[in-house]
Formats: sequence, C-alpha cells, structure tokens
Amino acid sequence: MNRFLLPLAGFVLLLVVLLVGLTRAPDKSILPSPLIGKPVPQFTLPNLFDSTQPVSSESLKGRWMLVNVWGTWCVECRAEHQVLLQIKQQARVPILGIDWKDQNEDAMAWLAQLGNPYERVATDRDGRVAIDWGVYGAPESFLISPAGTVVYKHIGAMTEQVWQSEFLPRVNAPAGTAAPPASPVSTAAGATGRGA
Amino acid sequence: MRSRRSMRALLLCAALAFAGVAVAVDTTPPLADPLLQQRYYELTHELRCMQCQNEALADSSAGLAADLRVQVHELLLAGQSDDQIRDHMVARYGEFILFRPRMSWRNSWLWAAPTLLMLVGVIIGWRVMRARSRLVASEEADSNGESLEL
Repeated sequence: MNRFLLPLAGFVLLLVVLLVGLTRAPDKSILPSPLIGKPVPQFTLPNLFDSTQPVSSESLKGRWMLVNVWGTWCVECRAEHQVLLQIKQQARVPILGIDWKDQNEDAMAWLAQLGNPYERVATDRDGRVAIDWGVYGAPESFLISPAGTVVYKHIGAMTEQVWQSEFLPRVNAPAGTAAPPASPVSTAAGATGRGA
Repeated sequence: MRSRRSMRALLLCAALAFAGVAVAVDTTPPLADPLLQQRYYELTHELRCMQCQNEALADSSAGLAADLRVQVHELLLAGQSDDQIRDHMVARYGEFILFRPRMSWRNSWLWAAPTLLMLVGVIIGWRVMRARSRLVASEEADSNGESLEL
C-alpha cells in the first residue's frame, strides 16, 4: 500500500501541474508589452496632412492620448474604424494615428472615404518608429497618460466594449490611484486579420 | 557506382534548391566584414519573428522580420555588442523575442529543476540500494544461522 503512495502522489502532482498549464496557457497572440509604465518612445515623424508640422512624441504630453497604429493594407483596421470615429465624437481622448508602412495617397483616400478619427496622423514609412513601440501587427492601440507614460496597450481591433472597460476607467481614475486590476495588455478575440 | 553518382547529383540538387529559398528570404545586403556577418547570422537566428512566432528573424518572410533584420544590420554597423542588440530588442518586444530565454528570478526554478530532480533520484537510488544491501545482509545472516543450526 505504502509503496504505491509516493508514485501516486507524484503522478497527481504532475497531473495538476499539466492541467494548470493547459487551462492557463496564455493566448500566444497577446504578448505583454515591456513599454507599459514607461515613457513613450521618442520619435519625430512627418505629418500626413501638413508636411511643415512634423509630429513628435513631445506633443503627446499634457493630456490623455490614444495612439493607434494602422495601415490601409490592414483588414482589422477597417473593422475598428467606426469605433475610432465614435471615440472621436466623445471628444474625451484625442487620437494620434501612426500610419504604418503605407502610402500617403492610400492613407488620405482611406480617411476621405471612411472618415478621419485622428487629431493628427504621423506617417511611419520605414517602420522604425513602430519597432520602437514594439508593434508586431496592426492595429495596436496605446493609452498615453498626461505625463507621457504608456498606460495600456490593446492588440487587435478596438471595440466599444474594450474602450468602455479597459481604456475609459483608466482615463477617469483619479491621478495617483492604481489602474484597474486587469492585465495592461488585451487583445480582440482571435485577432486574425492583423498583419504587417 | 553509377547510381551512387546520380544519388550525389540528386542530393546536390536538393541542397541547392534550399539554398535558393534561404537567399530569397533575407534580402538585407551582407556585411562586408565577415566577423560582423557571422554575428549577424547568429543574431538573426536567435531572435524570434514576432509575427510568425516560431520562425527566426533570418527565416521569416514577414515584413516586420525584414525591418528587424535591417535594424540588426544597422546596430552591428554602429558597433553595438551582441548583448546590446539583444537588449535593444527585449526593450521593445520583451523576453519573448529571444529564443534562448535569459536566467532570471522568475524562471530560476526552471533552470534548477534538472539538478533538483537528479538529486531526488540519487537520494532514492541510494536509499533503495541501502535497503537492498541490508536485505541481502540479513538473508546471509539468516542462511548462516541456518547452516549453524544444521
């Protein structure tokens, strides 16, 4: 009796470990961003609509901002566009668009056709700034605090629900209080249309 | 003899076929310095393509992988060390970009596990052996006793 007890205990322990591993296996498409809690990466990029006014990371400071990385080649970006327009209408958090690896004409045509949710659009043609932001597919959205800190990152299409439950509570939380106790990275269910 | 030669030709063809693929994926121009090129080769093979996840930067045809290869290329030319380049990537994409994870407090138990398991094995083995030798000794004592009795 006793000689089976130890191997059995070992087997049960292994079973528990494997079960926990199975159920808690992280979604491989959500990768935690090392940028959360850090200052925004420095950049200066051309402005899509005004070549005399480049967009710099300095201009992100002083108020809450949403930084949205998109491209006209990106299927999911089309899916989230309506939500971005709604966010613009709420006039609570202005959106800076980073048009990633795209053509100016395509981007302008896209915004003319679907509406422009962005306060400004920076154009990242060689993808360098996107790399500094740790972007690995579009769309990705970052919430930036008035201090210029990356507070939250959403991977995949922005949805009304994600905006309500993850972004707005962080914006509305009084300064100095802890952010809602959720992971500072989220993703749209099955972010399949993403690419680069 | 003849079949062996044709076999060789076939193998050569197969190898060349793959060489073509390898060249096609990485279009970053090679570095003039062979030492730098060697380091470029090693780094792009130990950094992960974040989009395809199970491919190395060197093998991936994803656009982002190409951009990251260019960046590795530039950082090497700028005189950065392998560790600096790894840090550069980890600061942006996290530890996940490294195929060979670094040792840290969080994963130290993983590194210690083989040693601990071996230790447990040695202890169990030692105890079993001791129990056996005791058994044998007591059996011998028993048989000795029996022979004495006889």
